[in-house]
Amino acid sequence: MHRIIEARFLAPDVKWFRIEAPSIARKRKAGQFVIVRVHERGERIPLTIADADPAGQWVALIVQGVGKTTHLLNTLQAGDAVCDIVGPLGRPSEIDLYGTAVVIGGGLGAAIAYPTARALKDAGNRVIAILGARSKSLIILEREMRAISDELMLITDDGTSGVRGFVTDALRQLIESGRPLDYVLAIGPIPMMRAVADTTRPRGIRTVVSLNPIMVDGTGMCGGCRVVVGGRSQFACVDGPEFDAHQVDFGLLAARNAMYREAEKTALDRFVSGEGDPHGIGEPGCRLADAVSSRPDPGAAPPGRPAPAPAASDPPP
Amino acid sequence: MSDPLPAKERMKIPRQPMPERSPAERTRNFLEVNLGMESAAARREAQRCLQCKSQHCCGGCPVGVKVREFLERIERGDFLGAAAKMREDNVLPAITGRVCPQEDQCEGVCILGKRGEPVAIGWLERFIADYERQAGQVGLPPRAPHTGKKVAIVGSGPAGLSAAGDLVQLGHDVVVLEALHEIGGVLVYGIPEFRLPKSIVREEIDNLRRMGVQFRTNVVVGRTITIDELLDEEGFHAVFIATGAGLPTFLHIPGENLCGVYSANEFLTRVNLMKSYRFPDYDQPVYDCRGRQAAVIGGGNTALDAVRTAVRLGAQKAFLVYRRSESEMPARAEEIKHARQEGVEFMMLTAPVEFLGDERGRLTGARLQRTELGAPDASGRRRPVPVPGSEFDLPLGMAVIAVGNRGNPLVQSATPDLRTHRGGYIEADPETLRTSKRGVFAGGDIVTGGATVIQAMGAGRRAARSIDRFLRTGE
Ligand SMILES: Cc1cc2nc3c(=O)[nH]c(=O)nc-3n(C[C@H](O)[C@H](O)[C@H](O)COP(=O)(O)OP(=O)(O)OC[C@H]3O[C@@H](n4cnc5c(N)ncnc54)[C@H](O)[C@@H]3O)c2cc1C
Ligand SMILES: Cc1cc2nc3c(=O)[nH]c(=O)nc-3n(C[C@H](O)[C@H](O)[C@H](O)COP(=O)(O)OP(=O)(O)OC[C@H]3O[C@@H](n4cnc5c(N)ncnc54)[C@H](O)[C@@H]3O)c2cc1C
Ligand code: FES
Repeated sequence: MHRIIEARFLAPDVKWFRIEAPSIARKRKAGQFVIVRVHERGERIPLTIADADPAGQWVALIVQGVGKTTHLLNTLQAGDAVCDIVGPLGRPSEIDLYGTAVVIGGGLGAAIAYPTARALKDAGNRVIAILGARSKSLIILEREMRAISDELMLITDDGTSGVRGFVTDALRQLIESGRPLDYVLAIGPIPMMRAVADTTRPRGIRTVVSLNPIMVDGTGMCGGCRVVVGGRSQFACVDGPEFDAHQVDFGLLAARNAMYREAEKTALDRFVSGEGDPHGIGEPGCRLADAVSSRPDPGAAPPGRPAPAPAASDPPP
Repeated sequence: MSDPLPAKERMKIPRQPMPERSPAERTRNFLEVNLGMESAAARREAQRCLQCKSQHCCGGCPVGVKVREFLERIERGDFLGAAAKMREDNVLPAITGRVCPQEDQCEGVCILGKRGEPVAIGWLERFIADYERQAGQVGLPPRAPHTGKKVAIVGSGPAGLSAAGDLVQLGHDVVVLEALHEIGGVLVYGIPEFRLPKSIVREEIDNLRRMGVQFRTNVVVGRTITIDELLDEEGFHAVFIATGAGLPTFLHIPGENLCGVYSANEFLTRVNLMKSYRFPDYDQPVYDCRGRQAAVIGGGNTALDAVRTAVRLGAQKAFLVYRRSESEMPARAEEIKHARQEGVEFMMLTAPVEFLGDERGRLTGARLQRTELGAPDASGRRRPVPVPGSEFDLPLGMAVIAVGNRGNPLVQSATPDLRTHRGGYIEADPETLRTSKRGVFAGGDIVTGGATVIQAMGAGRRAARSIDRFLRTGE
C-alpha cells in the first residue's frame, strides 16, 4: 500500500500525484518510470516519475485519464492509496553536455520530458523547450518548464495559447533560423514523435524519443513491450524507454498499442456506467477497501463528459 | 495393523485411477483438472509398493524424499505421519505432487514399472499434502534459536522459497525480495490455475510466513536496490540469487511482432498472474482468440500450459506445433494426455517460418514447414531438419511462442563482479552454490537454465546448507 500524499488536477483529466515510495524516490534518475497497480484486480500500468523528493520520501506522477485504469487512478485523492508501485524501471536518460538541447513535449509528453529537461539544464546545456497541445487548457507544466529552460515556445493546434500550429512548425523554425541544434528530445503522441524524427533526420540532428508501448512486468520478462529500433527487436522496459528517433519503427508501435482497443473500450464503458467493482474491493483480502474513500472528487472529469475548469494555474510546487 | 501383505498380493492390485473433471466441463473453465484421490484409494495404491530394499524411488527424487517410508505410513492410514515424513525433505509437497515430472524421477525408476505401472507416487504425495492441509494440521518444523544473521533471497520461485524455509528453521532472519506484486515465481505467473490452484501456493507461502520468513514484493533487485547495497548498507550477511530463467526467447522470423503473437511468458502472465481470463472483472485484457484458431509453438510444459489455456479462452481450435516428434517432447506425460483429451491438435515435425498479418498489423496466420529428424544434437535428441518445399499456411487468430527462456540479466548487469557464462546464467558451484562474489550464492533456473520445480527446490536446499555454513564459519 502506498499512500497518496497530495493529488491535484493540472488540466482536464490530467492529475498530479505525490505518492509515498521511499525506496524508489532515493534511486530514481531522470527518464525512469514506475509500474503502478491501483487495486487488487487492477492491471499494471507504467507511469513516468515526474519528480521525486530529494529527501527520498515520495515520487510525483502525472496521470492523463485515457482509459479505465488512468481514470480510476484520477479519482483518488490525498489520503487514499494505491496497491502496488514498483521501480525505478527503465534506463535513465543519457544526460551529457550536448550544447543546445531542444526538448519537445506534446500534451502529456511535457510531464514525461520535464525531469530529463531539468537534468539536461543541470548538466550545462542550453535548453529550448517547445510545449505543444491541442488547446490552452491542455498545456501543462508551463511554469516548471520555463524555470529550467533558456527559451520556451508554446504552440497550440487552435492558437488559444502561444503560436498556432504544431510542434514541428516551431522546430522547423528553429532549424531554419540557422542556430546549431545538438540534441532533440521529443515526447508525445506517436504521430508527433514520428514527425519530429522526420524533421531532424535529413539534418542529422541527434534525436531521442521516449516510447510508450504496452507493458506488463517492466523487467524484461514478458517481451510485450517489444519495439523495433534499427531493424532489431528491443524491450522498451529494459532497453529503453528512450531510443534513437531516426531508427524507430513508429508504425509497428502504433499498431501494437491498438492491440486491445476493443477490450479497453469495454473496460472504460463499464467504469463510466458504474458497473462492476472498479476498486476490486470484492476481492478477498483487498487492501484497498479501507483506503479508498467513496466521496466524489469534484475535480474528476467523468470520461466522455465535459471537463470542469482546469486548475492549471496551480501547478505543483 | 495386520500382517504385511505378501508381495504377490500387492502386485495384483491395479494402479488406482486419479478422478478428473471431464474434458467437456474443464475446457470451459480454469478449475483444477485432477480432483485428488479418496483415502481408501490412496491406501490401496500405497499397498502396491513392494517396500523393496533398493529404494530406487528415493534415489530418483532430486531432493531424496524417503518414498518408501511415507508410502508405508499411508498404507497404515497414518496420513499426517506420512506428511511429516515428506516434509523432512520437501517443504512444498502439495505443489510438487502436482507438477513434478514423476515419470522421469521417482516413478520412472519404480520396480513395478518394469513390468506394469509404477506406484502413483506423485498422486499419493499430493494426497497427503492435501489431507494435511484440509485437516488444518500442517506440522510446521521447529525453529532453531536466533543466530542474529540476516539473509536476503532474491526471487520467490521454488528455489527461493525452499531456501527461505530451510534458513529460517536454522535460526536466521530471512527476507525474500520479489520483483512482481505476488510471491511464487513461475508457480503463480506461469503454471495455470487448472494445474496448480493459486490458493495452494498461497497457503504454502503462508506457512513460510508463519515460520518467520519475511516477504517484500515490488522490489526489483538491480533497480530498486543492488546486491552490494543489500550487503553493505542493509546489513544482510549473505544473499541467495534465485531469479529464474525469465527472459523469453523469440524465433526471429518475420511477423513475430504482429498483434496476437505472444511470448509464452506474456500470455501466461496475463492469464495467470493478472487473471485476464476474468476480464472485465479483472482489468488486464488478453488478446481475443474466441472462435478463432490458436497455435502454440513448442513442446515443453510451458507450451502445453499455453495451448490448454488457449482452449479455455475459447479458441475454436488449438494447435501444438512442435518441430520434433512426440517422443522428444519434454512435457510431463500427464499434460500431454490431458491436452489430447481437451481436443488440442498435435502438429508434430512442423516449424513456423513466418507469421502472416493484415494491414492493421494483426495476425492472420502462420506459414509452416514440415521437418524430419536427422542426427542427434548436443541434447542427444535428433535434430529437426526442414523439408524443402513443404510449406503450407495455417489461418490463426493468436500464436504463442514457447521455445524456452534465458537468464534475465537485470541482477547480473548491476553486479559487475558476479561471473556469468553463456546464455547469461550465473556461475555457481554445483554443490555449494557459491558465486564468484563472497557471501553471494545462486541457484535454480538462473544457474541451470529452465529445469524443474523440484530441481530448483533442491538447489534452494543446498544453498541453505551452504549459506548456513558460511554464516557460522565464514567459509
Ligand atoms: C514508459 C512509459 C511511461 C509512461 N508515462 C506516463 C505518464 O507519466 N503519465 C501518463 O498518463 N501515462 C504514461 N504512460 C502511458 C500509460 O501507461 C497509459 O496511458 C495507461 O497504461 C493507459 O491505461 P488505461 O487503462 O487508462 O487505458 P486503456 O484504455 O487500457 O489504454 C489506452 C491506451 O494506453 C495504452 N496502454 C494500455 N495499457 C497499457 C499498459 N499496460 N502499458 C502501457 N500502455 C498501455 C495503449 O496504447 C492503449 O491504447 C506511459 C507509458 C509508458 C510505456
Ligand atoms: C509455464 C511453465 C510451466 C512449467 N511447468 C512445470 C512443471 O509442470 N513441472 C516442473 O517441475 N517444472 C515446470 N516448469 C519449470 C519450473 O517452473 C521452473 O524450473 C522453476 O519455477 C524454477 O524455479 P526458480 O525458483 O529458479 O525460478 P522462478 O520460478 O522463475 O522464480 C524466479 C522469481 O524471481 C523473480 N525475479 C526475477 N528477477 C528478479 C529481480 N531482479 N529482483 C527480484 N525478483 C526477481 C521473478 O519475478 C520470479 O518470481 C514450468 C515452467 C513454466 C514457465
Ligand atoms: S514489459 Fe514485459 S518485458 Fe517489458
